[in-house]
Amino acid sequence: MRLDSKVPAGPIEQKWTQHKFEMKLVNPANRRKYTVLVVGTGLAGASAAATLGELGYNVKAFCIQDTPRRAHSIAAQGGINAAKNYQNDGDSIYRLFYDTVKGGDYRSREASVYRLAELSVDIIDQCVAQGVPFAREYGGLLDNRSFGGAQVSRTFYARGQTGQQLLLGAYSALMKEVQNGSVTMYPRREMLELVVVDGRARGIVVRNLLTGAFESHVADAVLLATGGYGNVYYLSTNAKASNATAIWRAHRKGAFFANPCFTQIHPTCIPVHGDYQSKLTLMSESLRNDGRIWVPKDPDDPRHPNDIPEEDRSYYLEETYPAFGNLVPRDVASRKAKDQCDKGRGVGSTRMAVYLDFRDAIERLGRETIEARYGNLFQMYQRIVDEDPYTQPMMIYPAVHYTMGGLWVDYNLMSNLPGLFVAGEANFSDHGANRLGASALMQGLADGYFIIPYTMADYLARVQPDRLDGNHPEFRAAEKAVAERAHRLLSIRGKRTVDEIHRELGLLAWDKIGMSRNRRGLEEALSEIPAIREEFWKNVVVTGKNEDLNQSLEKAGRVADFLELAELMAFDALHREESCGGHFREEYQTPEGEAQRDDERFAYAAAWEHQGDGQAAVLHREELTFEVVTPTQRSYK
Amino acid sequence: MGKTMNLTLKVWRQKNAQSEGRLETYALQGVDADASFLEMLDILNTQLEKRGEEPVAFEHDCREGICGCCGAVVNGQAHGPLRETTLCQLHMRHFNDGDTIVIEPWRSRAFPLIKDLVVDRSAFDRVIRAGGYITVRTGSAPDAHAIPVDKEEADVAMDAAQCIGCGACVAACPNGSAMLFVAAKVSHLAHLPQGRVEANRRVLNMVAQMDREGFGNCSNHYECEAACPKAISVEHIAKMNREHLRAALKPAGS
Ligand SMILES: Cc1cc2nc3c(=O)[nH]c(=O)nc-3n(C[C@H](O)[C@H](O)[C@H](O)COP(=O)(O)OP(=O)(O)OC[C@H]3O[C@@H](n4cnc5c(N)ncnc54)[C@H](O)[C@@H]3O)c2cc1C
Ligand code: SF4
Ligand code: FES
Repeated sequence: MRLDSKVPAGPIEQKWTQHKFEMKLVNPANRRKYTVLVVGTGLAGASAAATLGELGYNVKAFCIQDTPRRAHSIAAQGGINAAKNYQNDGDSIYRLFYDTVKGGDYRSREASVYRLAELSVDIIDQCVAQGVPFAREYGGLLDNRSFGGAQVSRTFYARGQTGQQLLLGAYSALMKEVQNGSVTMYPRREMLELVVVDGRARGIVVRNLLTGAFESHVADAVLLATGGYGNVYYLSTNAKASNATAIWRAHRKGAFFANPCFTQIHPTCIPVHGDYQSKLTLMSESLRNDGRIWVPKDPDDPRHPNDIPEEDRSYYLEETYPAFGNLVPRDVASRKAKDQCDKGRGVGSTRMAVYLDFRDAIERLGRETIEARYGNLFQMYQRIVDEDPYTQPMMIYPAVHYTMGGLWVDYNLMSNLPGLFVAGEANFSDHGANRLGASALMQGLADGYFIIPYTMADYLARVQPDRLDGNHPEFRAAEKAVAERAHRLLSIRGKRTVDEIHRELGLLAWDKIGMSRNRRGLEEALSEIPAIREEFWKNVVVTGKNEDLNQSLEKAGRVADFLELAELMAFDALHREESCGGHFREEYQTPEGEAQRDDERFAYAAAWEHQGDGQAAVLHREELTFEVVTPTQRSYK
Repeated sequence: MGKTMNLTLKVWRQKNAQSEGRLETYALQGVDADASFLEMLDILNTQLEKRGEEPVAFEHDCREGICGCCGAVVNGQAHGPLRETTLCQLHMRHFNDGDTIVIEPWRSRAFPLIKDLVVDRSAFDRVIRAGGYITVRTGSAPDAHAIPVDKEEADVAMDAAQCIGCGACVAACPNGSAMLFVAAKVSHLAHLPQGRVEANRRVLNMVAQMDREGFGNCSNHYECEAACPKAISVEHIAKMNREHLRAALKPAGS
């Protein structure tokens, strides 16, 4: 099957404008006749649901938590990019576009990235109008900060809680539409199956997490905005409920999964400390604006970090990358921290950490300024680690943070299954092989507020609203399948908890499909993952019953899907015989140890088609052509 | 591995809203002092599951103090003994070896119990629906710099906007009042010029919905502020009262 990205013709700056004009519209009087399901109400889903509701479609929105305001997007700290050039420092739509394509190591689709940069400015306007309290200067105008991978200040922020404030903005817009009756909200629901009828996505089956009831919802189009799958690794910065189930079930129903191995390891997280640990905490990358990363030159230096003088410290990023210094992109910063620790230069009790030091910044700017910028992050660090980062360096280590891979979508954010749209972190668009900081919030909101409402209308205008109902055999079959799966999980009654098996999968994924990968490790992963999966289905213990709030059962279903997805990740990583962005294959590196791309063979997005259990997925390629930005070896020196 | 401790837990177990609940006692050994409170509950739940018993149901998601999912009354205090700290950010080092810890759900008429430590906080959503927003269509906004906002006002708005909707204020209040939660949203939007336009209608509708949900009255105990993990100040309640008074004196919509 040929993958058609549906990128419109014309010069890059005009594609979206022209496309908007050419797309079909749905007459306002007819919109109510179309039912649209929005699964997931984080930034991408809430903004889409609110906007589709405002336009007059009959919207049903679903989320796992008790309210949309708790989606994982709430945890984003650092900020959101926009090419406003309010700082007059040379930013432009073109530069944001360029930085994002380059940051993604030339594995993203130019036209989509350009549109993202273009829409970034509208997002800020929208959010300010909603009352998002972005940081301001004394003149009353908006303040900006800089983020990794960029040499301009284009990041808008609300203290260290940007995601929270943006999500609360989108949530309030959504609640307004719920009040108006155009959106029906279904919280505490988990989508467990996508229903495809006559080749079109026509609905979903969800489990009511309070009663266990399996409910069918029929629609004219379905939007998945269910977030990323970083929790494959068990330990990650994602919220505990973040999962791959919705996209994985859609994949099994025919939606292609693109670049599953493109995962992002964030360089500044609080190091792992114990085997009871349940998640990792991110320290916003904005800290790299003022913090300096170093390790002692002598790996066995017994001194307290404060007593180690300048000449005995190695500021390894500043030394290797004088132009970007501590602000190199995430993949580079993470890998270099791992290198230091692999060389035995790591610090702390586990030796798996490096220092992030604010001493010089506090001296230069004063404690108050640092407190104003990062107060809540410092407080969070102190709470967890029980050390004061104002008086001694933080210790940080990379952790799984974001997944660039996701369901394949065309320029209209529609998957290869007609009627199935995918937005936010759940799709594979825009970030290529590495995402720049402060760009996920931007993408989620661009997708939800400004792209989906147009492209979904174009699709709906081409299909007739017909009245399928939940008694259709496909829905009945899907309900039966999910019920059987739940009962199967409950009847195993084995000896190992879901968390124990998830942890085992996580450790394996971190070792072999993590920050750096090699053929041997990936081949091992491909044989070990099915073994863990088998162990899971034989020996997991899930207590209680289905007809109840049953958190073990919820987790079990998600882990069962991670156990399948992990294998596809390893498979994809093995097939991609090059290094690019977050995908670092040890066999493919430059003499200086930087990622070595192979544009001849791999300048494509790898979209995998499911073939049934036990069978290898089939690869479809979306060739990437670069008409505007010429791919070069990324250099941050 | 840090220092470890042995604990006695008394945890509220209740199958559902209809059944009777009671405190169950569990002995837990060798808990690492660096574990978080929720990780301590994970350890308990692993033991229960291994014995084939049902784990304690409790809500959590971000485990970083921002989603507002978690919360329980620990030894009589909402979110436990540490100020400005959600339960997920409370670490066991703040307890002592040999301690007995009593863990109960939020208790309030407006938050019906669902199971064990899980309660239904959907009343908060309904209060927000009643007016906790600025009516602005997607795509219709003016340039973000069209309206400068006084930095100090914006900072106060941000202080209020930090509310995570956890409900500890309600749980801590002897009357089960939701004033701090509602005031946080009213005050956030009232401090911004964008929010002024609908300010009167907003405060009237939100307060009316709050009353309909069965939250109690505020009689100035300030337990809410003490329990609030985000240090939302009771000054926002004063602000809301002023807003409400002014709005009540004017015809709606003006
Ligand atoms: C700690 C942290 C900090 C970050 N900081 C930044 C930052 O500063 N800047 C930036 O740009 N990005 C940041 N990111 C990344 C960014 O926050 C996320 O990529 C983004 O918020 C994802 O939004 P989303 O709407 O796609 O999904 P999410 O916010 O993850 O929402 C997913 C939604 O789907 C629902 N859902 C999931 N599965 C199902 C199912 N099966 N059935 C029904 N509903 C389901 C959930 O309930 C939820 O409503 C950060 C990420 C982390 C982890
Ligand atoms: S005001 Fe404080 S205690 Fe109340 S819901 Fe908000 S954050 Fe929680
Ligand atoms: S789990 Fe999110 S605030 Fe505690």
